[in-house]
Amino acid sequence: MSIMKPARAVGIVGYGAYVPRYRIAGKEISRIWTGGQGGVPVREKSVPGPDEDTATIAIEAARNALLRAAIDPALIRALWVGSESPPYAVKPTSTIVAQAIGATPDTQAADFEFACKAGTEAVEAAAGLVGSGMVNYAMAIGADTAQGRPGDALEYTAAAGGAAYIIGPREESIAYLEGSYSYVSDTPDFFRRPNQHYPRHGGRFTGEPAYFSHVLSAARHLMEELGYGPSDFAMAVFHQPNVKFPTRAAKSLGFSQEQTEAGLLANEIGNTYAGSSLLGLSAILDVAQPGDRLLVVSFGSGAGSDAFSFVATDRIEERRHRAPATQDYIDRRKEVDYGIYVRYRKKLHMH
Amino acid sequence: MRVSAHWRQRQQRLTLTGERCLKCGARVFPPRDVCPHCHEPAYEPFEFGGRGEVYSYSTVYHAPAGYQHNVPYTMALVKLEEGPIVTAQLTDVDADEVRIGMPVEMVTRKLREEGEDGLIIYGYKFRKLLQESA
Amino acid sequence: MRDVTIVGIGQTEVGEHWERSLRDIAVDAVLAALGDAGLEHADALYVGNMLGGALSGQQHLGALVADYAGLRGIEAATIEAACGSGGAAVRQGYLAVASGLLDSVIVCGVEKMTEETEAETAAALTMAGDAEYETIHGPSFVSLNALLMRRYMYEFGCEREDFAGFAINAHRNAVNNPNAMYRRPITAEIFGRAPMLSDPISLMDSSPNADGAAALVLVATERAHDLGHDPVRIAASAAGSDSVAIHDRRDPLFLAAAHRSAAEAYRQAGVEPKDIDLFELHDAFTILAAMSLEACGFAKKGEGVRLAKDGEIGLDGRIPISTMGGLKARGNPAGATGVYQIVEVVQQLRGQAGKNQLPDCRRGMAQNIGGTGATAITHILEAGS
Repeated sequence: MSIMKPARAVGIVGYGAYVPRYRIAGKEISRIWTGGQGGVPVREKSVPGPDEDTATIAIEAARNALLRAAIDPALIRALWVGSESPPYAVKPTSTIVAQAIGATPDTQAADFEFACKAGTEAVEAAAGLVGSGMVNYAMAIGADTAQGRPGDALEYTAAAGGAAYIIGPREESIAYLEGSYSYVSDTPDFFRRPNQHYPRHGGRFTGEPAYFSHVLSAARHLMEELGYGPSDFAMAVFHQPNVKFPTRAAKSLGFSQEQTEAGLLANEIGNTYAGSSLLGLSAILDVAQPGDRLLVVSFGSGAGSDAFSFVATDRIEERRHRAPATQDYIDRRKEVDYGIYVRYRKKLHMH
Repeated sequence: MRVSAHWRQRQQRLTLTGERCLKCGARVFPPRDVCPHCHEPAYEPFEFGGRGEVYSYSTVYHAPAGYQHNVPYTMALVKLEEGPIVTAQLTDVDADEVRIGMPVEMVTRKLREEGEDGLIIYGYKFRKLLQESA
Repeated sequence: MRDVTIVGIGQTEVGEHWERSLRDIAVDAVLAALGDAGLEHADALYVGNMLGGALSGQQHLGALVADYAGLRGIEAATIEAACGSGGAAVRQGYLAVASGLLDSVIVCGVEKMTEETEAETAAALTMAGDAEYETIHGPSFVSLNALLMRRYMYEFGCEREDFAGFAINAHRNAVNNPNAMYRRPITAEIFGRAPMLSDPISLMDSSPNADGAAALVLVATERAHDLGHDPVRIAASAAGSDSVAIHDRRDPLFLAAAHRSAAEAYRQAGVEPKDIDLFELHDAFTILAAMSLEACGFAKKGEGVRLAKDGEIGLDGRIPISTMGGLKARGNPAGATGVYQIVEVVQQLRGQAGKNQLPDCRRGMAQNIGGTGATAITHILEAGS
């Protein structure tokens, strides 16, 4: 099956990241649940403050993207937020963000859901909308304030953060899109029913049949159709629910540690769900040189992967300093203990 | 829920939009349609940059109903770069880090929620400059 | 314009009146004032109240209290100016009689603050601020005053302890006021140890919420002679306003409304600050006491705390304040406070202040403030008529 290339060449005109300030250490979580026994999948994860949610995260990421793009926000004709933790089940986060950044009223807006790949799904759609010539600029955001079930393995990694991308004409971009490909199947590795606070997951089933099958298939197919091998890429980012999975995926595909380390943030901020691969991408855009080819492969439970190949342009060096770097947010940290974390995440059920 | 009252405030709350007086050039926030300096009509919208400094602050330990979820939080009077002073919470900063004169920048955060099933009200808060927080 | 005299005063104890409702305590005060005046009737009733609607689900207090006090049929209305409601009601009563249109008016300030939880009560009190640009951001009313105190401390280089004198003086005076809520003295040590409510305002900087009602009977001075009851005339009555939100004020550390109304009151009475024998000021918070003294010409800007430190505000000081405990120790039933202030000045001028009696007391000033300074109503009373 052919990969996707829009009729009009498009690229990333602006990008922005956001990660909350608070952190909880994996060791602190295991202190509570395992008496400190056993290893932890990430050193620490980000925790949203009591006044933060997916909308506020998306707004700051969007503002940073606008700073880099330096376009009139009124020209953004579509704004889509992908998340599995929107503040409202009915009422789009996207309109709140659009209002806050000045993109209303001449815009379309909707929320996307596809677990951790909702953000990249929105990037695909934005590439399509701009690529078709219907609009010049469309913004796609992946953001989450993921909730981990107390005592569950995923509690160590369910984190908060997001990144925003303004897709526009290739001639204005800091990284243009060479092509993209999505690989999807109905695979129920991780899901949440309405009115349930926490998701359920299939344990080890989330590995081979879910994450690896889709990530590797999407990556291989994209690379094959474009005629590239791992050495054609300067850097690669994979969805990072922990450190092990993206590391293993990279290895399977033949990528070196040097190619993936700039984009591997999970050990320091955990799994930001719909923000995960997009924050990895913002981290590599923060350091990419003109001409660098970048691979991004997301994964969303349910399940599917979106794979993209971007190439950085000359404009990247001048534009990236207009907004805070991903690392600036990662370095900004305040550790909290399990009690404060439970309070901030509203896990206490008052009887 | 006062949906309409909150909705009317969206420009002020989400984008710190006030007014500019075309006669004397003063930047006005909150918008009030009559320039408080020269008393001429002032209707021209003006979006403030969000930068300012702490003019005064106080950490609240006993909150009014609806705000208890966030205690302790620090209230502040913030003098915006363009002139007006606004009342807002500080966020992402420890109470003992705050100083009069501390430079701050506007961020959009949740001000409050109307219970479990009501409106979420977003608005401006201020934090220590990010570049100095890392 | 006619001269106006106060011929009757009444007050309930300030405290927690669990068994008495909002209308009950208002009626208690009204009947006491009428009894004190030796009258059974008046032409009108003005009720000062801030929180009846929010906390008791009861507005429309003018008609309600008139009816329950046995005065059904007379003109009646509620006056509201946040914590300045009491003073504003006194002003309305004064205007009604001074204008010549009404001959006798009852003014009643009433507040019941124990109906709801503390958090709900705190939320109701924030309605004194600017709902759209202050209150929505979560400041408690205490914290708005704390913003003033912190800035004051910063600009004038003073410490928290410098404000202790206001609280110590108020509590000392309340010991001898049988109607006061707190009748035990406090020390500087107790002040220093007090827990923070919204720093730098501690429990000891802050007046207590309370239930209470106080009332006055006003008549034209020419008629007061017939009643023969220790009349006290109103030598001046003036009110002013300022922006509700602190952030809109030209100078947040200057109580412009208090200054304006005091200046007009001095002009009406033909006096200066030095001619005032006592000042029942609005010590809802120690910072407001300091700023009130400055706004009314008793101290230069930034020097208000010095009067407390140097003991000039005591019963034997240059300018006695809170002579019956003030808002701090007598208590602060928001909408009623302004009428308590007048009642206490009248007690001093009549020689009825008991152990707190100021010798040779001829002229007293009362100033009631709404919110953080947006409304100020000043009255100057003189002994005799």
